[in-house]
Amino acid sequence: MAGVDTEFAIPINLDVHLLTIIMSGRYPVIASMNSTNTDVIQGTLDMLILKTLSLEPMHGFGIVRRIEQITQNVFKVNAGSLLTALQRLERYGWLAADWVVTQNSRRAKVYRLTQMGRKQLQNETADWQRRSAAISRLLKAQA
Amino acid sequence: MSIARQLVRGFRNLLRRKYADEDIADEVDSFFAEAKADFEACGLTAHDAARATRMALGSSTALREQVRSYGWENIVNGIFQDLRYTLRRLRATPGFTVVSIVTLALGLGATTAIFSVINGVLLKPLPYAHPEQLVSLWMTAPGVKIEDLNMAPSVYFTMADEARAFQAVSIWTSGTTSITGNGEPEQVSAIFASHELLPILGVKPQLGRLFAAADDDPKGTRTVMLSDGYWRSHFGGDRSVLGRRLLIERNTVSMIGVLPPSFQFMDRKADLLIPLRFDRAKTNLGVFSFLGVGRLKSGVALKQADADLGRMLPLVMQRFPPPAGYTAKMYEDVRIAPNLRLLRDDLVGDIGNMLWVLMATVGIVLLIACANIANLLLVRAEGRQQELAIRTALGAAWTRIARELLFESVTLGVVAGVVGLGLSWAALKLLSASDLVRLPRARNIQIDAWVVLFATVTSITVSVLFGLIPIVRYAKPQIANALRGGGRSMSASRDRHRVRGLLVVVQVALALILLVTSGLMIRTFGNLHQVDPGFTNAAEIQTVRIAIPDEQVKEPERVVRMEQAMLDKISAINGVRSVSITSSVTMGDYESNDPVYAEDKTYREGTLPPLRRFKWIAPNYFKTMGQRMLAGRDLRWPEIYNSRPVALVSENTAREMWGSPQAAIGKRIRTTVKDDWCEVFGVVGDEHTDGVEKRAPTIVYWPIFQKNFEAGPVNVQRAVAFVIRTPRAGSIPLRDELRNAIWSINANLPLANVETVETLYDRSLERTSLTLIMLAIAGGMALLLGIVGIYGLISYSVSQRTREIGIRLALGAPIAQVTRAIVRSGLILSAIGCACGLGAALMLAPLMKSLLFSVSPSDPLTYAATSGSLILAAALASYLPARRAAKVDPVEALRAE
Repeated sequence: MAGVDTEFAIPINLDVHLLTIIMSGRYPVIASMNSTNTDVIQGTLDMLILKTLSLEPMHGFGIVRRIEQITQNVFKVNAGSLLTALQRLERYGWLAADWVVTQNSRRAKVYRLTQMGRKQLQNETADWQRRSAAISRLLKAQA
Repeated sequence: MSIARQLVRGFRNLLRRKYADEDIADEVDSFFAEAKADFEACGLTAHDAARATRMALGSSTALREQVRSYGWENIVNGIFQDLRYTLRRLRATPGFTVVSIVTLALGLGATTAIFSVINGVLLKPLPYAHPEQLVSLWMTAPGVKIEDLNMAPSVYFTMADEARAFQAVSIWTSGTTSITGNGEPEQVSAIFASHELLPILGVKPQLGRLFAAADDDPKGTRTVMLSDGYWRSHFGGDRSVLGRRLLIERNTVSMIGVLPPSFQFMDRKADLLIPLRFDRAKTNLGVFSFLGVGRLKSGVALKQADADLGRMLPLVMQRFPPPAGYTAKMYEDVRIAPNLRLLRDDLVGDIGNMLWVLMATVGIVLLIACANIANLLLVRAEGRQQELAIRTALGAAWTRIARELLFESVTLGVVAGVVGLGLSWAALKLLSASDLVRLPRARNIQIDAWVVLFATVTSITVSVLFGLIPIVRYAKPQIANALRGGGRSMSASRDRHRVRGLLVVVQVALALILLVTSGLMIRTFGNLHQVDPGFTNAAEIQTVRIAIPDEQVKEPERVVRMEQAMLDKISAINGVRSVSITSSVTMGDYESNDPVYAEDKTYREGTLPPLRRFKWIAPNYFKTMGQRMLAGRDLRWPEIYNSRPVALVSENTAREMWGSPQAAIGKRIRTTVKDDWCEVFGVVGDEHTDGVEKRAPTIVYWPIFQKNFEAGPVNVQRAVAFVIRTPRAGSIPLRDELRNAIWSINANLPLANVETVETLYDRSLERTSLTLIMLAIAGGMALLLGIVGIYGLISYSVSQRTREIGIRLALGAPIAQVTRAIVRSGLILSAIGCACGLGAALMLAPLMKSLLFSVSPSDPLTYAATSGSLILAAALASYLPARRAAKVDPVEALRAE
């Protein structure tokens, strides 16, 4: 768990109808979010989770931490959305889970990516790249 | 995202709810633990870290709920939860539950029962291939004012040769015959038909063969087919019956086949199927006494078939000679024309109207019951207002509350539907066992898949309907008011009572409609009973039919002597006051019509005079039946044996032909131009032989033995009914004594139609009786439910306004004023309901016009009487709770909270 302590992280509003982000404070607090575009966020969250788990299997809180770390606190994840998403992805068969005892002798449910999950990740990544390329072209276009 | 995986997982979680919940709880706890550890790693104390975690993540319970709520099984679980909760609530208030279920079950049961009757009689198609191609071959003869003219052999032969629109046609009739040769002659029912009948219906024999054209040849061997029932009961299902012989009325007949068990045709009973054999060479234009059925070619419409028959009818005239005493021109003047109709419509007849009226009636009763239950549910929901407000304040969506309320009403509806289905099953069993009404196609009336579907859909629809009413009022409670709970400063608001008052108005209006229809039916029934049917004291007239065949007694005069000997034997029986003979009993089934010429009138060359109903009688017939003799005298036996040409006529015949009964005496009439003139020496009162709701036909009474009648040298009635006036009519010992008396003269005659004239009379009125009974029951139930509704409403409002009444009484209002105000509120509602009901009844009553007899659908007496009694009953229902209000102790009322 990287204890990246960034003071007054400047929020970036990616106002492209893809995400809304809420400002983070002094502590790496996971703020509760009122998700307004839940379906869009849900789709992106799935991809983030799949990608994170493709690096290594981990438990729920670990996924939150890792996402924050990699995206340098740009994306904050809501606990309820994450846990629900994990349930959903497991139901779909993209993740598999086991209860293990972590090194701090606490029980935790660790998720890992399945074969189907890997495939899904590939599809979603390709989809995302196609879309963001299109948007970049749009933004670059002159009058 | 496979569906299978979703289903499997969902089921697993559903069944092992606890395990799944624990799993999620553990995961959430572990998440919290990790978060806390993370905070501690940043340097917070354990206590601060825990607090920070809670602030960041919120309540672990809320998080748990959020995660848990994923998955379709949660919806199912929610439904089960609601169901359990609903059942518990319903069990907690047994009074309400039982009353609602019983009320609703009665309404649903009645509706389901009537629907199953309609399904069996009107909706189910006939059990033949392509039943829409089957046509009943009726004709009409406007020239002699016959609306429905039967089939004749001459028409059948022509159609068989020439028809272009039909695949095949058949001529048929039904009746009884006797199997002799085994000791006592056995009476059996039979259908007589030409050989095309079974192929037209698409019926295949289960044993042996069908009839062929050769079986219809009068010169060929006689053949017969057995019904499955007869085959099993008399031959034990023995397959070797083929080729064996039966003696039918002294003729040797060969059995060639057995019909399948499912065979039925036009609701006629048939033990045997016997070919109708006509000698074509001897066939003439007359004898329109049969029935015809045909199958249209595919794609041919009824109109085209009508046109085809219309084309063939002139050909009939050309190919067959008129009977003796008539000319071909007479038949042309009769203007016989086609009058085809579908076999289904012929079978069902005009009962459709009555059934739909009954259906509407029970539907209205159901609506009234629903209004009652909606009222009860409103009261119930009002009692729960506080609870619902708290739940809404805590965050329950109104859909959740609405779902719960709806569950309650749907549960009530489904349970009531099941009970109602059981009730209707019992009612149908009762109906079929009681023989109260002979409905066409009665065999088809049963609880089948369609009826169950109808019951399900109706109970759910109805329960959703009355369930919506409390939802609309109470699912989104006004939180502030409701939480304040009753309110010190508030009394019952007007708004609350508006919906309930509206429901009561609707109930009263519907109840009035039903009461009006019942009242009209009661008057109809009374009017029908006022009509003089042509006999008196029907319970004392016994009838029995015999038929003396040619083969047994050849000479006509011997037949008459035999009949008279039987008469003498019967009059010797103890208790018999008077006995006579007739060819057809009043309101029995054997009717015959023919033209009558009067000597003192002139008829244009070759035209037919009007047809009259013919009956053949012996002396004392009118005395036995109790018919009035208006002029002249009755027959005497010497006149019969001398075959003196005489006749009697009914009153309407006398008035139509000569103006008055007295004027008819001495006039002479005959039926064909070749006959002797017969002198009319008696006029009797009208006989409503077609039933009291139809006009009495004009009748001519002939002696049972005549010479030179209908262009034949001698005419004797071989198929006759004895009518016997005795107080012992209908009893079994009398029946045995009659049988002995008849058989002492001729032991080879089976007896038939042993019944009293009262039975015939009741049977002719059975449709009206049934409608009356059902409408009266429905009207009674509607009145009861409506009164209960009013009582409930007023009573409840009184209990809500106890404070207000207490205040008023304390301030000095006279008790009478308070009571009057309450009664007035109830009466206003009833009056509004009455007015709406009157308007609706005026609009709807003309729909039942065909069921009424000599009373108008807007009969003022009925309307006034019913609305008057309804207002009276409503006043009583309002008065009872008002009296309770008057007993309120002001001090108690003000103190109570």
